[in-house]
Amino acid sequence: MSEAALQVRGLNHAFGALPVARDINLALERGARRALIGPNGAGKTTLVNLITGALRPVAGSVLLDGKDITTTSQAERARRGLARTFQINQLFRGLTVLENICMTIGERDGNCNNLWRSAGAKRSVIDEALDHLDALRLTDDALKLVRELPYGRQRLVEIAIALAQKPRVLLLDEPAAGVPSSESHLILDVVAGLDPDIAILIIEHDMDVVFRFAKQITVMVQGAVFTEGTPDEIMNNAEVRAVYLGEEGHQAAQRGGRHG
Amino acid sequence: MAASEPQKSAGQVARDRAALFLIERHRFRWPEALPWLIAIACFFVFPDRMTFGGQVLIMVMFAISLDLILGYAGIVTLGHAAFFGIGAYTVGLLIARFGWSEPISSLFAAAVLSALVGFASGWFLLRYRGLTLLMLTLATAIMLQETGNLRSDISGGYDGLPGLTISPLFGYFDYDLYGHVNYLYVLGVLAVVFFFVRRIVYSPFGQALTGIRENVRRMHAIGSPVHRRLVTVYTIAASIAGVAGALFTQTNAYVTLTVFDFDNSAKVMVMLILGGTGRLYGAFLGAVVYMVLEDKLSKLSPTFWQFGIGLLLVLAVLFARRGLLGLVENAGLCLPKRKKP
Repeated sequence: MSEAALQVRGLNHAFGALPVARDINLALERGARRALIGPNGAGKTTLVNLITGALRPVAGSVLLDGKDITTTSQAERARRGLARTFQINQLFRGLTVLENICMTIGERDGNCNNLWRSAGAKRSVIDEALDHLDALRLTDDALKLVRELPYGRQRLVEIAIALAQKPRVLLLDEPAAGVPSSESHLILDVVAGLDPDIAILIIEHDMDVVFRFAKQITVMVQGAVFTEGTPDEIMNNAEVRAVYLGEEGHQAAQRGGRHG
Repeated sequence: MAASEPQKSAGQVARDRAALFLIERHRFRWPEALPWLIAIACFFVFPDRMTFGGQVLIMVMFAISLDLILGYAGIVTLGHAAFFGIGAYTVGLLIARFGWSEPISSLFAAAVLSALVGFASGWFLLRYRGLTLLMLTLATAIMLQETGNLRSDISGGYDGLPGLTISPLFGYFDYDLYGHVNYLYVLGVLAVVFFFVRRIVYSPFGQALTGIRENVRRMHAIGSPVHRRLVTVYTIAASIAGVAGALFTQTNAYVTLTVFDFDNSAKVMVMLILGGTGRLYGAFLGAVVYMVLEDKLSKLSPTFWQFGIGLLLVLAVLFARRGLLGLVENAGLCLPKRKKP
């Protein structure tokens, strides 16, 4: 069996007396397209925080490319190719869009250790940053401060930063939440068009998106993995329908299934 | 654009424009010469106020060092006087206890020593942020002050180390009574320090600092070694503050433990906020306005002069959030723009 790009084994975490992650096992193969769904408060974002190192688990381990990273710092995990986006934008609001991306590339390649050269001296960095912006149609906003952009555009910057990290494992926490549909399609098209080698885990509530994009789905309820399977299996799972999807979701699933 | 040139697509034009912004941002612009020209002009216009002028330039340097950590990296500190004090006492003790009075080498000694203290304290303190950091930096300065007080046999305590004699600059230029040589000396050192700070601010490292200021959470997520970046810039800022302190002792030929005072830490922060944080030249404007006001107002009313400074600070915080320099920039935007061809 090929080594999983990301593996989570027996992960447990609690906020005080409240267990928020219970014996979670999860594997992302190279090139995986997995969706993580479940009702609000199921612990989806907490799981992302545990994987990326923003939270330290009480028990269990996280493996990146087969290497244990459970005690590795968040920044080191990022440098080893684990990137995420945030459910609520975490951007450098007082800087321009272009700087947001250039800085990310700078930290990725270690340019930011340089105190002497001017930040604009490396044309290759700027060109790459502009390519990332082009892909998300942000070039016209490159010189605007992030805080001056409408929310939907800011959401695109959120994605652009994660892509500029050139990750091998990408965790997307509701990338299209709160985005007008014209731009949410753009986001999902870009994500769908990413290098097939990147393993992607997407948290999403829009079942149209989930069933169109994902090849596997994991359902979480109350901090534990409820079940997992292919979109077809999840769609036809009566229990999942009861705890999460409901009738509306089921219809969306069928629509998505037909499109896919 | 000439018609013969191959037509560029709109996208390409936008790309070039964006790239040019980053490529040219660190280039020297003419308004930047203004503070230096004014400083040189002052030398000729106010020849009898050069001692005061030297003091102002020293505070400019002190404020620049604070700008690097507060304005760029977003580190709040109420103990920046600690490094100013280390620098001031390095020079003082070198002369008083070791008879070492050569000014330039003392400056380097002050820079190295305050950098070491900055590195050691920063390593521990910069794990914390906000209020905790504020209190810890304050405590650091007080602890250094009390250490000096404890060993007043060495430090001279609050009576200070008086009557320090500085050797002639480069072994040739003697320090005169009117502070002419000293003014030019301080201005020269300030120019060198400023050149370094300006390089750092426009470097990729400087960019990462603004990233930490804007969103430290995302910095961790994109793989930035945040603690290392902060300790690095804190060490540099400490070193510059130490040089400012060293110049302070050399200018006054006198140093007491009051250099470590909370007042000193607070004063430099007020100067910076008044002038504008995170914009390099805010330190110039803030320090000059503060020092001149202090000078004039304290003559006008020796007991209540701080009211004037306080009022100005309140007004600045309420109506000019980006400081006085922010106001100047706004005024600059209102000027009629040159027409584009």
